[in-house]
Amino acid sequence: MTLAFGLVAACGKTAETPTPATGDLTVGFIYVGPKDDYGYNQAHAEGAKALAGMPGVKIREEENVPETVAAQKTMESMINLDSAQVVFPTSFGYFDPHILKIAEKYPDTTFLHCGGLYTEGKHPKNVGSYFGYIDEAQYVAGVVAGLTTKTNKLGFIAAKPIPQVLRNINAFTLGARSVNPNATTKVIFTGDWALPVKEAEAANSLADQGVDVLTSHVDSPKVVVETAERRGIFSSGYHASQADLAPKGYLTGAEWNWAKVYQDYVEKVKAKEAWDHLVRGGFKEEYIKMSPYGPAVADATKTKADEAKAGLTAGTLVIFKGPIKDNQGTERIPAGKELGQRDIELEKMDYLVEGVEGSTS
Amino acid sequence: MDDTSAKPGWREPVLAVADAVVVPVAALLVSILIFGVFIGLTGNSPIAVYAEMYRGAFGTWFSFQNTLLRAAPLMLAGLCTALPARLGLIIIGGEGAIVMGGVAAATVGVSVSNASPPVVIACMMLAGALAGGFWIGLAGALRVYRGVNETISSLLLAYLGIALLNHLVEGPLKDPESLNKPSTRHIGEANMLGDLPGLDVHYGLLFGIVACIGCWLLMEQSVFGFSGRIVGGNARAARLSGLRVPRLVILTCVLAGACAGTAGMVEVAAIHGKANASLITGYGYTGILVAFLARHHALAVVFVAVLLGGIGASGGLLQRTFDLPDATVLVLQGILFVVLLVSESFRSKLNVSRFLKVRG
Repeated sequence: MTLAFGLVAACGKTAETPTPATGDLTVGFIYVGPKDDYGYNQAHAEGAKALAGMPGVKIREEENVPETVAAQKTMESMINLDSAQVVFPTSFGYFDPHILKIAEKYPDTTFLHCGGLYTEGKHPKNVGSYFGYIDEAQYVAGVVAGLTTKTNKLGFIAAKPIPQVLRNINAFTLGARSVNPNATTKVIFTGDWALPVKEAEAANSLADQGVDVLTSHVDSPKVVVETAERRGIFSSGYHASQADLAPKGYLTGAEWNWAKVYQDYVEKVKAKEAWDHLVRGGFKEEYIKMSPYGPAVADATKTKADEAKAGLTAGTLVIFKGPIKDNQGTERIPAGKELGQRDIELEKMDYLVEGVEGSTS
Repeated sequence: MDDTSAKPGWREPVLAVADAVVVPVAALLVSILIFGVFIGLTGNSPIAVYAEMYRGAFGTWFSFQNTLLRAAPLMLAGLCTALPARLGLIIIGGEGAIVMGGVAAATVGVSVSNASPPVVIACMMLAGALAGGFWIGLAGALRVYRGVNETISSLLLAYLGIALLNHLVEGPLKDPESLNKPSTRHIGEANMLGDLPGLDVHYGLLFGIVACIGCWLLMEQSVFGFSGRIVGGNARAARLSGLRVPRLVILTCVLAGACAGTAGMVEVAAIHGKANASLITGYGYTGILVAFLARHHALAVVFVAVLLGGIGASGGLLQRTFDLPDATVLVLQGILFVVLLVSESFRSKLNVSRFLKVRG
């Protein structure tokens, strides 16, 4: 009876109609996983939330959209049924062929993709792509880890040995070794972006080997951070903040700051100004940020980390500065050579630097 | 006298259809009621939610095409579970056959990409079907020759297939240009499988429907299918009556895998143009649900696939309009599955044909 009554009461509440008020900008967000995953998707959802606060902007979100026709149809559905004028399909794998195909079909809609894959002249004009140099944040996290570790063993749980991931592992290790030359990073590749069971196994195995700071590059670092906390070791986050999962051991984390990117784009679209097809940035452009330091980080460590961050922001500190050898002993960047963040050679990284225990294949 | 003997002539098929349709439809209605209560508990109006679901799945021409597009791979994936089920085998590893079919189709497509497009497509289809057939055929052979439970082996083979796909596209088959998303080379735009004339739906839908009709003919109208159903009824009796049970089991598994492999081929030929981790979409697992809802009847697979395609197509709208989590659609699918399984146990008690006969 109460149930039936509840039903009737619930029926009274009508659904919000998706027709936009004149002048309102509807922005659609598409996530490949759950938007509360403590990771990649949550970082984007936090950016979306920042847009929801802007006047005259309405957001529509859809999560768990696989990288197949489902992604194409979700974009079209947002355009056709929700009247979305701007769409943010946030997974790297949405770009080719999904965004490219739908963007050609809907030239009046703006498609903004995360991954920095836009090529002038080759891709439709209503497409943009953005990305952040999050290896800068991993470098700073490495400084914190290198100064906090007692065993000098750091652990990195990563999905696949692709350039973007290798760059993070290397930056983290270079950061740690810049302040603690004895620190080494053990890497375990799980093989895919979301394999919670393997990630937990890897975290336990690294803890068993004496690793006392764990970080990761998988879609959701939740399991890694939770396992580290349970094992009584430190953790460093990625994508979004996992601080509340590890109140004791969470040191800091490399986070995206998509709110900045999204607000910039949407303000320009609203004002009908031209926007850049390809934007990339690090600390300086505020595309990335650090999680606030956890209770286990010493004051001296904070000072060192803040110095590194200031250097990266100002451009005086270069992460990939020769001489850099890979972990097989081959020289990869000769002494005196600096690869700035925008250097495309870094986009092809296929090695692990000296101090990393692991292999790319 | 004559009257009673004449009756079964027209009655049997009608009753059989009624029997096959009434229970699932009743189960569907009960599920909709239960899901409505669930929606009510989330603080939304079930009527508004159902109206929105209808709009998202069938309400507009765009929505309906969206539904059909999503249904296409589900038909082929559904057959992968439905066919062996007629022989009493529970195969749940369609996902493995899909990815193996996809990677084989992409490999062959790339290597013959200079041939004329119809030849490329035919080669890819053959490769996809063979690879998928081999994968599920393995589960069938393990069952027949080693007594390995086919449910477990097909599921484990799915994990193996996914691991093999990742290994191949990140290693031997990797296009060096695909940096951050390791993939095989592209089969070439000219070789892509286009859309059906006048529709925004690719040829996979046609493949799915043709496969379902073909499998229906095979399982319901042929000696092969009849023999297979005897195996499903009682494998021992089938063996004693001289049926070649091992051959029937393995062939059916190969055919089932070939259907799923074709779904993988369509993913490559119609959507991606190459094989990569995006082939892992979960269609294989949704296919299990399709097969069970269709009660392993190949023609019913078409309709159930459209129904689940529609649920999938409307799921996004539910998230966007009502702010319901993505899992809402999974709740509906789960309710459907459980209610259907429970309804099976009522079937014997509420025998529709007996009920109709008494009334008649």
